[in-house]
Amino acid sequence: MAEPAAFDYTTAAVGSAWPALSLPPVTRLTLALYCGASGDHNPLHVDQDFAREAGLGDVIAHGMLVMGYMGRTVTRFVPQTALLAFNTRFQAMTRVGDQITCTGEVIAHETDANGRPCLRLALRATDQKGEVKTQGEALIALPG
Amino acid sequence: MIDHRHIGYVSPAFTTQVERGRLKFFAKAIGETDPVYTDPGAARAAGHPDLPVPPTFFFCLEMDRPEPYGWFDDLGIELPKVLHGAQDFRYHRLAYAGDELTFDSRVTDIYDKKGGLLEFVVQDNRISNQRGELVVEFIRTLAIRHG
Repeated sequence: MAEPAAFDYTTAAVGSAWPALSLPPVTRLTLALYCGASGDHNPLHVDQDFAREAGLGDVIAHGMLVMGYMGRTVTRFVPQTALLAFNTRFQAMTRVGDQITCTGEVIAHETDANGRPCLRLALRATDQKGEVKTQGEALIALPG
Repeated sequence: MIDHRHIGYVSPAFTTQVERGRLKFFAKAIGETDPVYTDPGAARAAGHPDLPVPPTFFFCLEMDRPEPYGWFDDLGIELPKVLHGAQDFRYHRLAYAGDELTFDSRVTDIYDKKGGLLEFVVQDNRISNQRGELVVEFIRTLAIRHG
Protein backbone atom coordinates (compact mmCIF):
# COMPACT_ATOMS: atom_id res chain seq x y z
CA MET A 1 0.00 0.00 0.00
CA ALA A 2 1.41 3.39 -0.98
CA GLU A 3 1.97 5.59 2.04
CA PRO A 4 1.12 9.25 1.43
CA ALA A 5 3.94 11.66 2.21
CA ALA A 6 1.65 14.31 3.60
CA PHE A 7 -1.96 14.64 4.65
CA ASP A 8 -3.59 17.88 5.76
CA TYR A 9 -5.97 16.89 8.56
CA THR A 10 -6.99 20.54 9.07
CA THR A 11 -8.95 20.53 5.81
CA ALA A 12 -10.27 16.94 5.99
CA ALA A 13 -14.05 16.87 5.58
CA VAL A 14 -16.39 14.73 7.66
CA GLY A 15 -16.59 11.34 5.97
CA SER A 16 -13.12 11.50 4.48
CA ALA A 17 -10.73 8.61 4.94
CA TRP A 18 -7.57 8.94 7.02
CA PRO A 19 -4.42 7.53 5.38
CA ALA A 20 -3.98 3.88 6.41
CA LEU A 21 -0.89 2.60 8.22
CA SER A 22 0.13 -0.96 7.29
CA LEU A 23 2.32 -2.84 9.74
CA PRO A 24 4.58 -5.83 9.19
CA PRO A 25 3.32 -9.19 10.58
CA VAL A 26 3.59 -9.55 14.36
CA THR A 27 6.47 -11.85 15.26
CA ARG A 28 7.67 -13.25 18.59
CA LEU A 29 10.48 -10.69 18.38
CA THR A 30 7.86 -7.90 18.06
CA LEU A 31 6.31 -9.13 21.31
CA ALA A 32 9.67 -9.53 23.08
CA LEU A 33 10.70 -5.99 22.13
CA TYR A 34 7.35 -4.58 23.22
CA CYS A 35 7.53 -6.51 26.51
CA GLY A 36 10.92 -4.99 27.32
CA ALA A 37 10.28 -1.50 26.01
CA SER A 38 6.82 -1.10 27.51
CA GLY A 39 7.75 -2.56 30.90
CA ASP A 40 4.64 -4.76 30.69
CA HIS A 41 6.20 -8.10 31.60
CA ASN A 42 2.95 -10.06 31.72
CA PRO A 43 4.08 -13.56 30.61
CA LEU A 44 0.87 -13.99 28.58
CA HIS A 45 2.61 -12.05 25.80
CA VAL A 46 5.98 -13.79 25.63
CA ASP A 47 5.87 -17.12 27.49
CA GLN A 48 4.22 -19.79 25.36
CA ASP A 49 3.96 -22.24 28.28
CA PHE A 50 2.17 -19.67 30.41
CA ALA A 51 -0.20 -18.74 27.57
CA ARG A 52 -1.05 -22.42 26.95
CA GLU A 53 -1.72 -22.95 30.68
CA ALA A 54 -3.98 -19.87 30.59
CA GLY A 55 -6.04 -21.57 27.87
CA LEU A 56 -5.06 -19.24 25.02
CA GLY A 57 -3.06 -21.78 23.01
CA ASP A 58 -0.21 -19.39 22.29
CA VAL A 59 1.00 -15.95 23.28
CA ILE A 60 -1.13 -12.94 22.32
CA ALA A 61 0.02 -9.43 21.49
CA HIS A 62 -0.32 -6.66 24.05
CA GLY A 63 -3.45 -4.67 23.27
CA MET A 64 -1.33 -1.59 23.89
CA LEU A 65 1.00 -2.58 21.03
CA VAL A 66 -1.96 -2.26 18.64
CA MET A 67 -3.00 0.99 20.33
CA GLY A 68 0.60 2.17 19.83
CA TYR A 69 0.21 1.49 16.10
CA MET A 70 -3.06 3.44 16.12
CA GLY A 71 -1.31 6.31 17.88
CA ARG A 72 1.31 6.38 15.11
CA THR A 73 -1.51 6.52 12.56
CA VAL A 74 -2.55 9.81 14.19
CA THR A 75 0.79 11.43 15.11
CA ARG A 76 2.42 10.95 11.72
CA PHE A 77 0.10 13.72 10.49
CA VAL A 78 -0.91 15.53 13.68
CA PRO A 79 1.45 17.27 16.13
CA GLN A 80 0.97 15.53 19.44
CA THR A 81 0.09 18.82 21.14
CA ALA A 82 -3.17 18.74 19.13
CA LEU A 83 -4.17 15.27 20.37
CA LEU A 84 -6.72 15.88 23.13
CA ALA A 85 -8.14 12.40 23.73
CA PHE A 86 -7.59 8.88 22.45
CA ASN A 87 -9.51 5.75 23.37
CA THR A 88 -9.78 2.15 22.22
CA ARG A 89 -11.80 -0.96 22.88
CA PHE A 90 -9.89 -4.20 22.43
CA GLN A 91 -12.23 -6.57 20.61
CA ALA A 92 -10.18 -9.53 19.42
CA MET A 93 -6.81 -10.99 20.29
CA THR A 94 -3.85 -10.27 18.03
CA ARG A 95 -1.65 -13.29 17.48
CA VAL A 96 1.77 -14.11 16.04
CA GLY A 97 1.59 -13.78 12.23
CA ASP A 98 -1.26 -11.28 12.25
CA GLN A 99 -0.69 -8.34 9.94
CA ILE A 100 -2.33 -5.19 11.27
CA THR A 101 -3.59 -2.31 9.17
CA CYS A 102 -4.84 0.82 10.89
CA THR A 103 -7.50 2.84 9.10
CA GLY A 104 -9.50 5.89 10.05
CA GLU A 105 -12.35 8.14 9.08
CA VAL A 106 -13.18 11.70 10.08
CA ILE A 107 -16.60 11.33 11.72
CA ALA A 108 -17.32 14.80 13.14
CA HIS A 109 -16.30 18.39 13.53
CA GLU A 110 -17.15 19.60 17.02
CA THR A 111 -15.96 21.85 19.83
CA ASP A 112 -14.39 20.57 23.01
CA ALA A 113 -15.27 21.65 26.58
CA ASN A 114 -13.02 24.71 26.16
CA GLY A 115 -14.74 25.78 22.93
CA ARG A 116 -11.84 24.72 20.72
CA PRO A 117 -12.73 23.45 17.23
CA CYS A 118 -11.91 19.76 16.96
CA LEU A 119 -12.03 16.86 14.59
CA ARG A 120 -13.22 13.43 15.77
CA LEU A 121 -11.46 10.53 14.09
CA ALA A 122 -12.73 6.95 14.22
CA LEU A 123 -9.87 4.43 14.14
CA ARG A 124 -9.84 0.72 13.48
CA ALA A 125 -7.12 -1.92 13.49
CA THR A 126 -7.87 -4.99 11.37
CA ASP A 127 -5.84 -8.06 10.47
CA GLN A 128 -5.12 -9.67 7.10
CA LYS A 129 -8.49 -11.53 7.25
CA GLY A 130 -10.41 -8.34 7.94
CA GLU A 131 -11.06 -9.19 11.60
CA VAL A 132 -11.39 -6.02 13.67
CA LYS A 133 -8.93 -6.22 16.58
CA THR A 134 -9.36 -2.78 18.06
CA GLN A 135 -11.65 0.20 17.50
CA GLY A 136 -11.32 3.63 18.94
CA GLU A 137 -11.51 7.37 18.53
CA ALA A 138 -9.16 10.31 18.69
CA LEU A 139 -10.15 13.90 19.37
CA ILE A 140 -7.84 16.32 17.57
CA ALA A 141 -7.72 20.10 18.03
CA LEU A 142 -7.93 22.16 14.84
CA PRO A 143 -6.01 25.39 14.43
CA GLY A 144 -8.00 28.60 14.88
CA MET B 1 -16.02 -12.96 41.94
CA ILE B 2 -14.09 -9.83 42.78
CA ASP B 3 -15.35 -8.20 45.95
CA HIS B 4 -17.01 -4.90 45.10
CA ARG B 5 -15.72 -3.40 48.33
CA HIS B 6 -12.47 -2.88 46.38
CA ILE B 7 -14.13 -0.01 44.48
CA GLY B 8 -12.10 2.94 45.75
CA TYR B 9 -8.88 0.90 46.15
CA VAL B 10 -5.92 3.29 45.89
CA SER B 11 -2.50 2.09 44.70
CA PRO B 12 0.57 3.30 46.59
CA ALA B 13 1.82 6.74 45.48
CA PHE B 14 4.38 6.33 42.72
CA THR B 15 6.77 8.67 40.92
CA THR B 16 9.03 7.81 38.00
CA GLN B 17 11.40 9.70 35.73
CA VAL B 18 10.96 9.62 31.95
CA GLU B 19 14.21 8.39 30.39
CA ARG B 20 15.36 9.13 26.84
CA GLY B 21 16.65 5.58 26.40
CA ARG B 22 13.25 4.09 27.28
CA LEU B 23 11.51 6.40 24.83
CA LYS B 24 13.89 5.36 22.03
CA PHE B 25 13.40 1.67 22.88
CA PHE B 26 9.62 2.14 22.89
CA ALA B 27 9.79 3.90 19.51
CA LYS B 28 11.64 0.88 18.13
CA ALA B 29 9.08 -1.53 19.63
CA ILE B 30 6.12 0.17 17.89
CA GLY B 31 8.06 0.79 14.66
CA GLU B 32 8.03 4.57 15.10
CA THR B 33 9.91 6.31 12.29
CA ASP B 34 9.25 9.98 13.17
CA PRO B 35 12.60 11.37 14.46
CA VAL B 36 10.73 13.70 16.83
CA TYR B 37 10.34 10.61 19.06
CA THR B 38 13.94 9.36 18.83
CA ASP B 39 16.28 12.29 18.08
CA PRO B 40 16.47 15.09 20.68
CA GLY B 41 17.71 17.47 17.95
CA ALA B 42 14.65 16.75 15.77
CA ALA B 43 12.41 17.12 18.84
CA ARG B 44 13.91 20.55 19.62
CA ALA B 45 13.58 21.60 15.99
CA ALA B 46 9.85 20.77 16.28
CA GLY B 47 9.55 23.03 19.33
CA HIS B 48 9.88 20.45 22.11
CA PRO B 49 12.38 20.79 25.00
CA ASP B 50 13.33 17.08 24.70
CA LEU B 51 11.88 13.80 23.38
CA PRO B 52 8.10 13.82 23.98
CA VAL B 53 6.36 10.91 25.70
CA PRO B 54 4.21 9.37 22.92
CA PRO B 55 0.44 9.08 23.48
CA THR B 56 0.27 5.50 24.76
CA PHE B 57 3.56 5.37 26.71
CA PHE B 58 1.97 6.84 29.86
CA PHE B 59 0.32 3.44 30.35
CA CYS B 60 3.78 1.83 30.19
CA LEU B 61 5.29 4.20 32.74
CA GLU B 62 2.65 3.06 35.22
CA MET B 63 4.16 -0.42 34.83
CA ASP B 64 7.41 0.86 36.37
CA ARG B 65 5.88 0.52 39.84
CA PRO B 66 7.91 -1.79 42.10
CA GLU B 67 5.02 -4.33 41.99
CA PRO B 68 2.98 -3.45 38.87
CA TYR B 69 0.60 -6.37 39.42
CA GLY B 70 0.56 -6.06 43.23
CA TRP B 71 -2.94 -4.65 43.17
CA PHE B 72 -4.17 -7.75 41.30
CA ASP B 73 -3.20 -9.79 44.37
CA ASP B 74 -4.91 -7.31 46.71
CA LEU B 75 -8.15 -7.53 44.69
CA GLY B 76 -7.94 -11.30 44.07
CA ILE B 77 -7.44 -10.95 40.30
CA GLU B 78 -5.63 -13.90 38.68
CA LEU B 79 -3.12 -12.68 36.09
CA PRO B 80 -3.67 -15.52 33.54
CA LYS B 81 -7.38 -14.60 33.31
CA VAL B 82 -6.83 -10.91 32.63
CA LEU B 83 -7.32 -9.24 29.25
CA HIS B 84 -7.16 -5.55 28.48
CA GLY B 85 -10.73 -4.52 27.66
CA ALA B 86 -10.46 -0.81 26.93
CA GLN B 87 -8.17 2.17 27.32
CA ASP B 88 -9.08 5.85 27.39
CA PHE B 89 -6.58 8.75 27.52
CA ARG B 90 -7.39 12.45 28.06
CA TYR B 91 -4.41 14.70 27.45
CA HIS B 92 -3.77 18.02 29.16
CA ARG B 93 -0.12 18.76 28.25
CA LEU B 94 2.89 16.90 26.90
CA ALA B 95 5.57 15.26 29.03
CA TYR B 96 9.21 14.98 28.04
CA ALA B 97 12.34 12.98 28.77
CA GLY B 98 13.65 14.14 32.13
CA ASP B 99 10.21 14.84 33.60
CA GLU B 100 9.25 13.29 36.95
CA LEU B 101 5.72 11.94 36.70
CA THR B 102 3.56 11.04 39.68
CA PHE B 103 0.73 8.51 39.32
CA ASP B 104 -2.48 8.61 41.34
CA SER B 105 -4.22 5.31 40.56
CA ARG B 106 -7.52 4.08 41.97
CA VAL B 107 -10.20 1.51 41.19
CA THR B 108 -13.45 3.27 40.30
CA ASP B 109 -15.75 0.44 39.20
CA ILE B 110 -16.16 -3.33 39.27
CA TYR B 111 -18.98 -5.02 37.34
CA ASP B 112 -19.73 -8.21 35.44
CA LYS B 113 -21.44 -9.35 32.24
CA LYS B 114 -22.69 -12.63 30.79
CA GLY B 115 -23.89 -13.86 34.19
CA GLY B 116 -20.45 -13.42 35.76
CA LEU B 117 -18.47 -15.11 32.97
CA LEU B 118 -16.73 -11.79 32.39
CA GLU B 119 -15.80 -9.37 35.14
CA PHE B 120 -14.56 -5.83 34.56
CA VAL B 121 -12.33 -3.71 36.76
CA VAL B 122 -11.98 -0.01 35.95
CA GLN B 123 -8.93 1.90 37.19
CA ASP B 124 -8.55 5.68 36.87
CA ASN B 125 -5.07 7.19 36.70
CA ARG B 126 -4.11 10.86 37.02
CA ILE B 127 -0.55 11.72 36.08
CA SER B 128 1.08 15.01 37.05
CA ASN B 129 4.55 16.36 36.42
CA GLN B 130 7.22 17.73 38.79
CA ARG B 131 5.52 21.15 38.69
CA GLY B 132 2.25 19.64 39.90
CA GLU B 133 0.59 20.19 36.51
CA LEU B 134 -1.92 17.60 35.31
CA VAL B 135 -0.42 15.88 32.23
CA VAL B 136 -2.87 13.12 31.38
CA GLU B 137 -5.73 11.12 32.81
CA PHE B 138 -6.27 7.57 31.67
CA ILE B 139 -8.85 4.94 32.37
CA ARG B 140 -7.84 1.31 32.10
CA THR B 141 -10.59 -1.33 31.87
CA LEU B 142 -9.54 -4.91 32.56
CA ALA B 143 -11.65 -7.89 31.53
CA ILE B 144 -11.29 -11.03 33.66
CA ARG B 145 -12.30 -14.29 31.97
CA HIS B 146 -14.12 -16.98 33.98
CA GLY B 147 -14.96 -19.66 31.47
